[in-house]
Amino acid sequence: MSAGIDLENVCCDFGSFRAVDNANVSIKPGEFFSFLGPSGCGKTTILRMVSGFIEPTQGAIRIGGKDMKGQRPNQRPTALIFQNLALFPLMPIWENITFGLEVRGVDKTTRRKKAEELLALVDLPNAADKMVSQLSGGQKQRVAIARALAVEPAVMLLDEPLSALDLKLRQHMRAELRAIQKRTGVTFIYITHDQGEALAMSDRVGVMSQGRIQQIADPRDIYNNPVNGFVASFVGENNIFEGTAGPLADGMAGFDTVHGAFRARMAADAVGKTVKLYVRPEHTTLSLTKGAENSVPVTVSEVSFEGAFIAVHAVSESGKTIVAEIRNDGAATVPDVGAKLHATFNAARAGLLPDANVGK
Amino acid sequence: MGDLIRRYGTGLTTIICLLVGFWLVMLVIMPNLTLFEQSFRPYLPVTEVGGPKDTYGIANYLKVFEGQITSTLFGIEFDIPVRVRTFLLTIWYSMMVTIACFVLAYPLAFYLAKIVNPKSLPTLFLLLFVPLWVSEVLRAFAWWIILALKGPLNALLLFIGAIDKPVRWIVDYDAVMVGLVYTYVLFMLFPIYNAISSLDTNQIEAADDLGAPWWKIHWRIVMPHAKPGIASGSVMVFMLSAGSLLVPSILGSTTSQWFTQTINETFNDALDWNTASAFAFLLLILCTVFVSFAMWVFKVKLSDIAK
Repeated sequence: MSAGIDLENVCCDFGSFRAVDNANVSIKPGEFFSFLGPSGCGKTTILRMVSGFIEPTQGAIRIGGKDMKGQRPNQRPTALIFQNLALFPLMPIWENITFGLEVRGVDKTTRRKKAEELLALVDLPNAADKMVSQLSGGQKQRVAIARALAVEPAVMLLDEPLSALDLKLRQHMRAELRAIQKRTGVTFIYITHDQGEALAMSDRVGVMSQGRIQQIADPRDIYNNPVNGFVASFVGENNIFEGTAGPLADGMAGFDTVHGAFRARMAADAVGKTVKLYVRPEHTTLSLTKGAENSVPVTVSEVSFEGAFIAVHAVSESGKTIVAEIRNDGAATVPDVGAKLHATFNAARAGLLPDANVGK
Repeated sequence: MGDLIRRYGTGLTTIICLLVGFWLVMLVIMPNLTLFEQSFRPYLPVTEVGGPKDTYGIANYLKVFEGQITSTLFGIEFDIPVRVRTFLLTIWYSMMVTIACFVLAYPLAFYLAKIVNPKSLPTLFLLLFVPLWVSEVLRAFAWWIILALKGPLNALLLFIGAIDKPVRWIVDYDAVMVGLVYTYVLFMLFPIYNAISSLDTNQIEAADDLGAPWWKIHWRIVMPHAKPGIASGSVMVFMLSAGSLLVPSILGSTTSQWFTQTINETFNDALDWNTASAFAFLLLILCTVFVSFAMWVFKVKLSDIAK
């Protein structure tokens, strides 16, 4: 009973401002799909278009193959979980959860039973008769999920529902949400600006910037093979070098910079565009000897201990700060400040990427 | 008190307290106490005031039961004291005015609070306020002209063919109702507007998303949230209507009588201030009892209204 969602050339204008520009995505039934991007990138607008609160200016939205044009939110097989949850404070929990059923004319006994079932599903028994104000943040979260599940939606839409929770609870609820999604098999569309959340929970992620979907891929691909500079820098840290790219051969290209000559991967469609070199700090190593290629002599300027890893900041002779992360396995040797080393990275782990796709 | 002195200094605090005290004692408590005391004494010639006949009693209050007339309700004929009848009709029509004000104000309040573009709000509020710049007397007379037999309303209805011959609008309590609704509708609008403004729009959208039709959203989400506003608006409109003298005097017909008119006639025509005071206190006390009862029925607390 879960349904797929297709967005076909969807645009949304607010006056002269284009909030969503030509969005194309096909979300599979039962998939956990996240839209990831900074605030103002258009991800919430996409969610509101799918739920029916905004009509797209152009393009078509199909849920389960059915065109949703002109369908009101109360006619769509979707359930939205709001950022502030929007629970009804004047109703007890069980009435909150079964409000959607009350609307459909389900009798009180059945509703009460359904509420108990759903509360068990979201691991919140004995809360049926409490009021919303008596619950903690995480408990309210569960009630909101139960309320959305009660109407047996084909698609659940979640608008940054975890952003109000503290870090520990947020991490716990991530796993919980994922488990509920697997248990119910409902298609989830999740909106977030937190890359950790998106990568940890999703089957696939759509990274957005300035109204455009930059890349759609599974979390690993998003992190390891970003298609442009925006995706690379929004999802994780980078050492970025500016310079000029040489000719492309076997998916690799040379890259001349003031800090030295490098070699890195480059996609065919990046040829002719301005590109920068992106390499992750954890793919950058520091050694006493010079590497075979992509190696820069540096002086360690700062060492910061982060717990799981150690971030070493080193400055090259040309004045460029390069960050290398060493995994803390308990026996890792940490260089001293002032040590003269070589920063090296594997060409296969570095990418020559154009800037974000922002349209015309 | 210590907090006030620290904030505003001894001088200003003394002045503020004295002014509040003066307002409360001299302008509210004293006049009412005088009337209250008078209401228990008989109406006597000046020479006998303070004499042996001037004793306390509730005779003035019992005068409300004097003078039976025959009345009909649902086809049943019965005798009822004329002033009791006036009083009951005043309560009844004040209630109707309150309901009419709610029916008019609620959709408008919702529109202003949730639908209209906030940029045009100041203009709309100005348009709502402009009629208040004109005195209440003029507004009542304006309606008197509009509703007159050869007035503009009949002329318009005749012109568009809605009626064949002029309708007499100022009959019974009809024009009084129109005038009272027009005068007091804003007292209903603003408390409800304030209450609905404080409702999180996401709650409306959440209910919509869960499949609720528009009337269900209002019945289950908006109205329960706006209940304190509806309650305070209703109390205000009801009390002001029941206590209005001007509108019933100007827009009343030959068959309408408001209890305040009875009080006024006793004061100014009969010059019996003692009985008039008794009637005035009866109106105040019984209206308060009625409002308290209504609040109990609708489960509204006094603290909700004070918000």
